[in-house]
Amino acid sequence: MQTVAKLIDTTLCIGCKACELACQEWNDQEFTLGVFQGTYQTMPDLAHNFWNLIKFNERETAGGMSWLMTKYQCMHCADPGCLRACPAPGAIVQLRNGIVDFNHDHCIGCGYCITGCPFDVPRLSPATKKVYKCSLCSDRTAVGLSPACIKTCPTNCLTFGARDELLRKAESRAEQLRADGHAQAGVYNPQGVGGTNVLYVLKDATEPEAHGLPKDPTIPLSVALWKGPLKWLGTLTLVGGILGTFFHYVRFGPRTYEGQEK
Amino acid sequence: MARDVSRRGFVAKGAAAAATAFGFDLRPAQASVRELKISRTTQTHSVCPYCAVGCSVVIHTLGDKAHNVKPAVVHIEGDPESPVNRGTLCPKGISLKEFVTSDRRLTRVLYRAPGAADWKTISWDEAFARMARAIKNARDAGFEETDEQGRTVNRLRNVAMIGGCTDTNEINYLLSKFRFGLGILPYENQSRL
Repeated sequence: MQTVAKLIDTTLCIGCKACELACQEWNDQEFTLGVFQGTYQTMPDLAHNFWNLIKFNERETAGGMSWLMTKYQCMHCADPGCLRACPAPGAIVQLRNGIVDFNHDHCIGCGYCITGCPFDVPRLSPATKKVYKCSLCSDRTAVGLSPACIKTCPTNCLTFGARDELLRKAESRAEQLRADGHAQAGVYNPQGVGGTNVLYVLKDATEPEAHGLPKDPTIPLSVALWKGPLKWLGTLTLVGGILGTFFHYVRFGPRTYEGQEK
Repeated sequence: MARDVSRRGFVAKGAAAAATAFGFDLRPAQASVRELKISRTTQTHSVCPYCAVGCSVVIHTLGDKAHNVKPAVVHIEGDPESPVNRGTLCPKGISLKEFVTSDRRLTRVLYRAPGAADWKTISWDEAFARMARAIKNARDAGFEETDEQGRTVNRLRNVAMIGGCTDTNEINYLLSKFRFGLGILPYENQSRL
């Protein structure tokens, strides 16, 4: 099955926030009032019932100020830190088309995925004690519809499709931007998590932090160790202990005490 | 019936069976997809009521139109067949479901008397009677048949009319008829304010 992806051309975003509302509407999320932060951003941060945020990153330029709009949501990594950290089988699944989805029937609400995520995306709901995030509308994509945010985008800033194709499109768009005088323009597809299924075209790819994106995201060492070598070591210790006990019993027999009859 | 199973083969098969039973390879089976909420809906094509661009929308309604079933709007999204918006919608348009289903939607007449601080609910009859009385009084006081130079104008300048951006074509037609009938000149639309 083809890997699907979402391409976000941040240079075309006008900050209308239609994608935010499309996400809320499709997923039947109730809107909660936020706090006014002195910016045009809807909310200061993502929430358990708010999975898609347009960040209005302000950057001072020679002529004044410019906005670096960034759509902030789950990146659907090829090697998802949340999935690695998750101890509940089936709670986080990576579909064959690359979408990383949460299955809340299996979620135990431990919140390890929050630790494992290099992009700080999953959010724990205080009411249900389960973790929520963008599902790339796995219900819509399963029947051939594009995700809600992508369908509504009025400026064609968001596109959805086969990952290889979109990666080519992103590269050509970045090239076009460089030819237009944005020398630092490039594609954001961090390799620290095996590449992401959410691709960005950034005006300044040398400095993704200005867009509110981590420069070189990796799965936290604690999670990588715990779910990697330490897991096998722990399993080996457990199985070795049981086997050792068994063979000890076979070889030496049960423990005997002084005065005990054989 | 005895089958030839070597000792080695039995151990290997047993280990594989145990691995499956202990949940080492259940991921494909658990990768269930969410249910599509518009898979059994009636699709109604309409036009977004907000601004003058006139984007087309598809209204997804749950309920099979049976006599005892009250239909419920579950989703509204852009109509891809419209040459105006080609499936896209702005934040106002994409939140149209709220416009239909919100529990904060005003369904009764609220009246705040002159000088009063609070709104109170009144009946439609009372509201119509009061509106008619106020318009009649104002028209009697301010109707101008001719201007300063004696030309016939039949105008009413002390009553203003504000149209709503969510009104349908039919309501707007009637509003215009009403306005021309009374001679009202000040006229504004909420989507421009």
